[in-house]
Amino acid sequence: MKILIVDDEKDVEMLFRQKFRKELRNNEIQLDFAFSGEEALEVLGSENPPSVVYVFSDINMPGMTGLELLEKIKSKYPNILVSMISAYGDSDNYNKAINSGAKGFFTKPIDFENLKTEISQLIKQKEG
Amino acid sequence: MKEDLEEQIEKLKQLLLDKSELLDQSQKEVQLFKEQVIKNEKLASLGMLSAGIAHEIKNPLNFINNFSELSIEFLQEIEDILKGLEKTEAIEDIEAILNDLKYNLDKIQQNGQRVNRIVTSMLLQSRGNNGVFEPTDINQLIKEYVNLAFHGMRASKSPINVKIEFDLSEDIGLIPLKQEDFSRVILNLCNNAFDAMRENNNISQGGNREPVLKISTRKKDNIVIIAVEDNGQGISEDIKDKILQPFFTTKKGTQGTGLGLSISSDIVSAHQGTINIESKEGFFTKFIIKIPVS
Repeated sequence: MKILIVDDEKDVEMLFRQKFRKELRNNEIQLDFAFSGEEALEVLGSENPPSVVYVFSDINMPGMTGLELLEKIKSKYPNILVSMISAYGDSDNYNKAINSGAKGFFTKPIDFENLKTEISQLIKQKEG
Repeated sequence: MKEDLEEQIEKLKQLLLDKSELLDQSQKEVQLFKEQVIKNEKLASLGMLSAGIAHEIKNPLNFINNFSELSIEFLQEIEDILKGLEKTEAIEDIEAILNDLKYNLDKIQQNGQRVNRIVTSMLLQSRGNNGVFEPTDINQLIKEYVNLAFHGMRASKSPINVKIEFDLSEDIGLIPLKQEDFSRVILNLCNNAFDAMRENNNISQGGNREPVLKISTRKKDNIVIIAVEDNGQGISEDIKDKILQPFFTTKKGTQGTGLGLSISSDIVSAHQGTINIESKEGFFTKFIIKIPVS
């Protein structure tokens, strides 16, 4: 199961790779990273259909915002799940995200326990 | 006839003098009000700025908390590996160092979580008041915001030493509150208490009594009672009725907005509650908030 993480801060790659090291080692998931909304769309567009099943995106990024990315992904690839990860946990951003079809909304600092629960539920669904 | 006229002129003169004094007075008020508006404007932009900063802090905080947590996990793994090895002096040394390292990482993590709590409260403060009623542990909220008010005061230009005494009833449970609004009430009452105790310190130079802030909670017949009491300068009888009115302030110049208590009063009303004031000038002031809960 391939997951794409979108965040303009490069340190997230090491953080996610370390936090999910067991899941990666056991090949339960694969992680891909994009450091802007534009780059995320390139990654998704490089395969037909894209192998990514779940996108976690930051909201506040230079260039395309996470909310814009969410809308683009949802219109182009309605089957790909998208959740937001943002420092801006206010109801405004939350409502916008959910109304645009986001599956979940996670706030920073990221609680990886929540994130792992979300992902393992999906893995179970895929297997079941 | 002439005397009559002179008398009338005198009267008119007096009237004019009175009026011009009144005008002077209101002009001063307008000036003060203007300064107030400018200050409020500044506060509003400061609020927006601090909200922006608070959000941006959450990004680095994400790395601080999560990388330190990860490092603790890695240390645990190293310890597990070491346990499988034959004990030598070198390994014992390594274990001791790893223990210290783990302690330090724990501290980094704990303090990162502390920063997160502070920043979260800052964000709650700067948000508009379109909050929703949520089941709230009132004691927890009070402890957090009294603490925040205290540290805010300690970091201000004129900090004072205050003893804080909590007397919080354990059997209140969760009550529906608009948390961001209600926390403003607590902050506001604490800040007023600190000001009153600072004033009292100034009046009775040398301070004949140690400033004490008492905060208590009770539940009685489906009413939650929150009391905030300070042993500051107190409130005189003649202004007691006015202090909840908007723009009424006893604070000098532009120190007070005259809005704190009126906003607090509005917030308590929105919770179907009441604010009562007990005070003895020169001795104490006690704000008693009563909120009905079903």
